Amino acid sequence: MRKALLATAALLIITASPAMPQQKTIKIGFISTFSGPVAAIGNDMRNSFELGLDHNGRKLGGLPVEVIYEDDLFKPEVGVQKTQKLIESDKVDFVVGYIWSNVLLASLKPLVDSQTFTIVTNAGASQLAGELCSPFVFSTSWNNDQTPQAVGLYMNQKGVKSAFLIGPNYAAGKDMLEGVAATFKGQIVGRELTRWPDQLDFSAELSKARAAKPEAIFAFYPGGAGIQFITQYVQSGLKGQIPLYTAFTIDELSLPRLKDLALGIPGAQEWVNDLPNEANKKFVADYKAKYKSSPSFYGAQTYDAVGLIDSALKAVNNDMSKKEDLRKALEKADFKSVRGSFKFGPNHIPIQNFYLQDVVKQGDDYVLKTVATIVENDQDKHFQNCHMK
Amino acid sequence: MLYFIEQSLNGVQLGMLLFLLAAGLTLIFGIMDLVNLAHGSLYMLGAYFAATFAAMTGSFIAGALLALIATLLVGMAVEVIAMRRLYGRDHLDHVLGTFGLILFFNELVRLIWGPAGMTLALPSEMLTAVQVLPGVYFPLYRLVIIVSTLAVALLLYVLVMRTRIGMLIRAGASNREMVGALGINIKLLYTLVFGLGAVLAGFAGLMQAPILTVQIGMGENILILAFVVIIIGGIGSIRGAFVAAMLVGLIDTVGRAFLPDLMRLFLSANAASTAGPAFSSMLIYMLTAGILVFRPEGLFPAATR
Amino acid sequence: MSRRFNTLNLLIAGVIAALALIPVYSALSGYPFLLSLFTRILILAMAAVTLNLIMGFGGMVSFGHAAYLGIGGYAVGILAKEGFNSGFLQWPVAVAASALFALAIGALSLRTRGVYFIMITLAFTQMIYYVAIGLDRYGGDDGMTIYRRSQFGGLINLSNRTVFYYLCLVLLLGTVYLVYRIVNSRFGLVIQGSRSNDRRMRAIGFPPYRYKLVCFVIGGALCGLAGALLANHTDFISPALMHWTRSGDLLVMSVLGGMGSVFGPVIGAVALLMLEETLSGLTEYWQIIIGPLFLLVVLFARGGIAGMLVGEHRG
Repeated sequence: MRKALLATAALLIITASPAMPQQKTIKIGFISTFSGPVAAIGNDMRNSFELGLDHNGRKLGGLPVEVIYEDDLFKPEVGVQKTQKLIESDKVDFVVGYIWSNVLLASLKPLVDSQTFTIVTNAGASQLAGELCSPFVFSTSWNNDQTPQAVGLYMNQKGVKSAFLIGPNYAAGKDMLEGVAATFKGQIVGRELTRWPDQLDFSAELSKARAAKPEAIFAFYPGGAGIQFITQYVQSGLKGQIPLYTAFTIDELSLPRLKDLALGIPGAQEWVNDLPNEANKKFVADYKAKYKSSPSFYGAQTYDAVGLIDSALKAVNNDMSKKEDLRKALEKADFKSVRGSFKFGPNHIPIQNFYLQDVVKQGDDYVLKTVATIVENDQDKHFQNCHMK
Repeated sequence: MLYFIEQSLNGVQLGMLLFLLAAGLTLIFGIMDLVNLAHGSLYMLGAYFAATFAAMTGSFIAGALLALIATLLVGMAVEVIAMRRLYGRDHLDHVLGTFGLILFFNELVRLIWGPAGMTLALPSEMLTAVQVLPGVYFPLYRLVIIVSTLAVALLLYVLVMRTRIGMLIRAGASNREMVGALGINIKLLYTLVFGLGAVLAGFAGLMQAPILTVQIGMGENILILAFVVIIIGGIGSIRGAFVAAMLVGLIDTVGRAFLPDLMRLFLSANAASTAGPAFSSMLIYMLTAGILVFRPEGLFPAATR
Repeated sequence: MSRRFNTLNLLIAGVIAALALIPVYSALSGYPFLLSLFTRILILAMAAVTLNLIMGFGGMVSFGHAAYLGIGGYAVGILAKEGFNSGFLQWPVAVAASALFALAIGALSLRTRGVYFIMITLAFTQMIYYVAIGLDRYGGDDGMTIYRRSQFGGLINLSNRTVFYYLCLVLLLGTVYLVYRIVNSRFGLVIQGSRSNDRRMRAIGFPPYRYKLVCFVIGGALCGLAGALLANHTDFISPALMHWTRSGDLLVMSVLGGMGSVFGPVIGAVALLMLEETLSGLTEYWQIIIGPLFLLVVLFARGGIAGMLVGEHRG
């Protein structure tokens, strides 16, 4: 009944007022995972986005912001439903978020079909960088194989001659293992994909790795699975026998729980907490003050989305109907990123540096310390397949 | 060969967890003729209680003990409030009713503990591997799971076979009315049996928590396997549950480990990695279907039914 | 008999009328999402009606009915991926594949009864679920986007939301009518008789196994059609469609709406999904009432909503 009254009222208002090109607020639809063991990632992203809005005076392009947070429950079929809801029911101006590559891939069609501008702040499915690229979708993170490629390069630098690869069996997991294989010059003695997301028992795969006797193991397990993997890796006695190299497995979220277990296990990232630019210093300091914990790269990528959207909206004077101009403004990426300088490749994936981080103990705290820059201005390898050249 | 032994041990450990769940299920089914889909919810509660109490007390063992008590109380409460009304009714009613309970418990947990799930950390002494055979390493904690479950199995055997309560349980299974007529409080007996099942489920839940997960809905996946175990083993038979649990645990683990390699002979690496674990899961269900069609009473049918 | 105008039939008429007007309301009120929501309700209601045929009337409680939604959906998805977009090919394949699977599963499962039957249908569903996960080429666990809806030449354009809605409505009503005719036919009487007393049926000369199997196959085949519709609606399929808990959702709709009534599951589906939509706007924890509510319905109101309206009690 209420809905009917509201609907009638809305109908009257719409017909009564002339069509206005001006927006009153900017509506953002935010999709992430807020349940289950990976909720920590979603919360970090949400916190960072909120912090970014705070720093921007709760405005984007000078207009007040309304954010609608939706939980994809870690499932592609839920993600696509929530995406459709945000587009059709909530009629958002931008969609932001997506942790998981499979959720993103499932949700792409409704986003592209409805021409909704989307800022992906984590998922790095290679298809997005390549054949499925769209003028409406932008990424502030990376392409899935960039980070593991950097790890592969680092393993070469360390003189590792053979490796065993383990990852979860979904879009990103496959991409990660492919990435390492692309740059690693040694021999790959084994490649295991585990059932995702419900398999958190890696005893079988670790036994296999031990039996294959590689010089190193590479693993990719995001979120809570990373904690499980590292714990089991240590438990099985492999630590100290076969060194482990990781991507996205140990981060500021899992470190407080892993503590000693993570010491000495290196990983690569495109953003590190000790990057020396002003925007980053402010982000990290204010995040720690407000939320009493350290932000992770998930958060940093999401924080950048605020700056990106803001800069683009200002460039088009908040006129959302000027889609071409908005797209060009987004491509310009004229904002102060926590990564320092920021630029997009033609496929809307950032071209950026990758750093190596190691886990060290500072007093009572466990921190990620940047040890080296592995590669500079790295561009993903899929932009050739993208129609936007 | 050594690798095979290591994988088999992994399989045995999984089997032990399944046995804990299946033992409770088969007792409840065999004695009260009750199909309890909500058994997985008790498993989930055991894990959540343990994580909470361990965090409060700072000790894994204290947390575990408190969790067992809490699960026992919840189990008995559920029996008195809900299960009692389902006795004697159609199995369909059991299935539907307890399915409703699954939904309820999932939401209740979400309400109390939030959607993010919890973790239960292992005491650091457990974080090593033991060399059980030359060249075969096995994590200490998983060994603890195997040993403690064997101890529980033994206790269960003694309880059911050698104590008065056990005799009452077995008698109640054969002839409810007679036992009631003899002056035994059959209602109380049922509550205790249900409570026992709940404790077993809770124990399984909290034991796997440090190595697997504590999250909403964790009961659903393992519940199916538990039912598979009791069907293969024979409803009402604890011995059957044990054997079937070992079988299922081994098939799942060893299958997961070796099938992908086998499939790589026919398929591409990616396809084999996807198809392998899927196929090994299928094996278990094929076995179940086979048993149901050709030997529905299971491998070790309980003599009473 | 004044049965024609009893409360239940009035409700049925009302629901059908309301469903027919949804696209109009949706367009006028500017809530396109309503159309999407109700399309989903129609499709799931259709699946629940087919489940009720075998469960409510046939006494065969299947925890594996969602498998046919998946089989129908994957038929469309796989054919689409391989370049066969014609609905004239996809939909018959969806129905035929579901019928075949139902035949195979039913032939084996119907040799058991009671809780064993429930468990074996569960086992088979899980098998199919794992097969779908293992299909790497078709997305595996991640699922697969369907880029073009089923094409029917110039006849009908499924990409038009309103047209698709009415198609689903017509198919739903058609299914309801078909089930109604089956249930009230001689075949249906045998099925219902078998539900209460197998031995008696056999004594009269009707082999229950054969009749039940046919019923099971019809139920599965029609559900496969619902699966094809669902794949078109969401433009996406994944193995999650077939998980046993989804079968549970269909069971809930059937029981809530009323197992003794052909139209009952439609009422159940509408009630449940509308509750979901409106309550989730109010509180995140609405599901906490669904569980106990369901238990109460099972214990005290077995006839469901329909049953309560007709004053019926099912044993």
